[in-house]
Amino acid sequence: MIVPLPHILIFSLLLFAIGIYGALVRRNIIGILISIELMLNAANINLIAFSKTTSLAPETGQIFALFVIAIAAMSAAVGLAIVLALFRVRKTVYTDEVNLLKW
Amino acid sequence: MVSADHILWVPLLPFAAFIANILAGRRLKHRAAWLSVATSAVACAIALPVCWAVFHGAHFANQITWLAIGKGSLQFGYLMDPLSATLLFMVTIVGTLIQIYASGYMAGDPRYSRFFAYVSLFMSAMLTLVISDNYLLFFMAWEIMGLCSYLLIGFYFEKESAAKACFKAFLTTRIGDVGFLLGFLTLFTAIGTLSFSKMNAIMDGTYTGPAMLIPVSLLVAASLLIFCGTIGKSAQFPLHVWLPDAMEGPTPVSALIHAATMVAAGVFLVARSFSLFMAVRDVLPFVTTIGTITAFMAAFIALTQTDIKRILAYSTISQLGYMVTGLGLMGLGAGTFHLTTHAFFKALLFLGAGSVIHGTHVQDIRQMGGLFKKMPHTATTFIIASLALAGIPPLSGFWSKDEILLTAFASGNILVFGVLLLTAFMTAFYMFRLIFMTFFGKARDPHVHAHESPAVMTLPLWALAIGSIVIGIPGSPFMHHWFQKFMAHMTHYPEYEPSAFVMGCSITVAVLGIGLAGVIYLKKTAWAEKTASVFPTFYRLSLNKFYFDELYSRFIIKPFTAIGRILFSFDEAVVDGAVNGTGQNTLFLSRLKNWFDQHVVDGLVNFMGALTYFLNAIVKRLQTGLVQNYMLFAFLGFLAFIAWQLKLI
Repeated sequence: MIVPLPHILIFSLLLFAIGIYGALVRRNIIGILISIELMLNAANINLIAFSKTTSLAPETGQIFALFVIAIAAMSAAVGLAIVLALFRVRKTVYTDEVNLLKW
Repeated sequence: MVSADHILWVPLLPFAAFIANILAGRRLKHRAAWLSVATSAVACAIALPVCWAVFHGAHFANQITWLAIGKGSLQFGYLMDPLSATLLFMVTIVGTLIQIYASGYMAGDPRYSRFFAYVSLFMSAMLTLVISDNYLLFFMAWEIMGLCSYLLIGFYFEKESAAKACFKAFLTTRIGDVGFLLGFLTLFTAIGTLSFSKMNAIMDGTYTGPAMLIPVSLLVAASLLIFCGTIGKSAQFPLHVWLPDAMEGPTPVSALIHAATMVAAGVFLVARSFSLFMAVRDVLPFVTTIGTITAFMAAFIALTQTDIKRILAYSTISQLGYMVTGLGLMGLGAGTFHLTTHAFFKALLFLGAGSVIHGTHVQDIRQMGGLFKKMPHTATTFIIASLALAGIPPLSGFWSKDEILLTAFASGNILVFGVLLLTAFMTAFYMFRLIFMTFFGKARDPHVHAHESPAVMTLPLWALAIGSIVIGIPGSPFMHHWFQKFMAHMTHYPEYEPSAFVMGCSITVAVLGIGLAGVIYLKKTAWAEKTASVFPTFYRLSLNKFYFDELYSRFIIKPFTAIGRILFSFDEAVVDGAVNGTGQNTLFLSRLKNWFDQHVVDGLVNFMGALTYFLNAIVKRLQTGLVQNYMLFAFLGFLAFIAWQLKLI
């Protein structure tokens, strides 16, 4: 069965909204990182959906999605490393307790 | 013309001593005197062979271009002719002896090295003056001597009288110096050269250069102005007033500067300019008159003075008047001869007086008496010098004084001759009044304990005494008037046959003067006061030095001080007022500018600062420090961007 494109787009929109909501309201940095992953995956779903329905070669979107996954993995690694370093110094992973850049 | 350039060491050596003493005098201490004496002695040793050569007919000169101006140039150089050789001979010998004496006389003085520094500088200047070959160098040395004279008269500057005396001496001689400066500048305008030898050649008509038209009026002006220098430096009437006061200086200085050498420089100046004076003979009577007045007046004043050094000072003025008279009567040889002999016996007299002062610590002859037994060397040499001054043959003073008298007599100036004879009489009288009151009779003041001076002081006395005896021989008939003929090489002036009449007159008045002094001051001591009461006017005139100081004070110094005071009040009111007004205006303007600066310029700067601060207070609120806020802003921005792209807003 073929899922129509609007359904997929609505799904990915919801997924992105959940991601952005999480990223904006979570205090825990780990949660924020997870939310970011969600947003990236929403984007991936869009890419796959469009690659299936447009006249371009389907590989284009799929390769793009692969790249995004790679970047997501990388950003998760860097983000977790920062969290680890932060935790070592400040003994916390809550963003409201890390406000050095405040005026 | 042969050169003898090593003659330059003669002034340079004392100058080196001056430098050393003025810079390192404190460390040299008593060695300062050795240095000065040694350089002077070496200078003497260098000078004497040169003089000897000149006495045997040699003639040395050399010059370098010192300054090129326009077409002409100014030359500096030395000239050794009979005149300068005579002076060089006299100055080096007398100067060295006086410095040896001074090393003993000044012993223990706190400014010992400074004294010798000044004396060396003086020697250097005097020797430069003597050997210089042009008016400019002559004038420079002349002025340095004036400075040294000032410094040395004021050597005991703690004493107010000394401080005033040096001031007076400097200002009075300055009048003459200005005249001299103008004089040789006038001469330069007239003949275009300052060199003595060139001037002599031009005046004698032997100059080989291009013919020139010389305005006689300029020459007359030049000669009169140059003579002004002589009047100032040689203390001639009416500028003689500084010399008696100059006796405030140390006695060796009085001997060296104010008796033997510097004051003789004025006479030397006339002798140097003799060809000029001969070219304009109309000014010579003026010279003669000044000289005669000076000779007579000073001798007359000396009759009643009681300060031993002041008597000698007036005697010096009188003898300088003699020399000037001699030169004024065209007696170049006579004037120069008297200058030389006078230097020896007058230096001796001053040194003797210094020895007396050193031994008794008083200067007033009324407090002395009977010193002959206590100070035999001083007394004997002093008497020798006095005999020479009084003109007793065969001492030097007789021959030279006789030469001047002869010139006056033979040139037909009977009035001058008479006045000079009278002066000679007074000279003999006051000198022996001094001697009888000082060395003979009974000690008048029991507080005075006299003692003979040390050998370092008496030996120069004896050396000068020998000089005073023999130095007249070259001008006497024993050497066939060699000196006069020697001088006659220089210029053509009338020569006179020796006259037995003149010699007789001269000896008679001298003996009479001495005899009268002996009678009055040894036998009939009451006569002196009786004479004074018989001629009260004359007595008071003499005692008060013809009221010259009072006259000058009344008619010159007071008006000038009054003018000075008026100018001062003008200065204070107007000039100072203008200056102060300017100052106050500036202050007011500055205040104005200060206000502007503080409120406008600084206000602008502060306003910029405040503005930035204010904006910052608003904008900084964005920096919450919460990472989610930043993300929210970014997301909202993104949404806004999308909305704009989709034309939703």
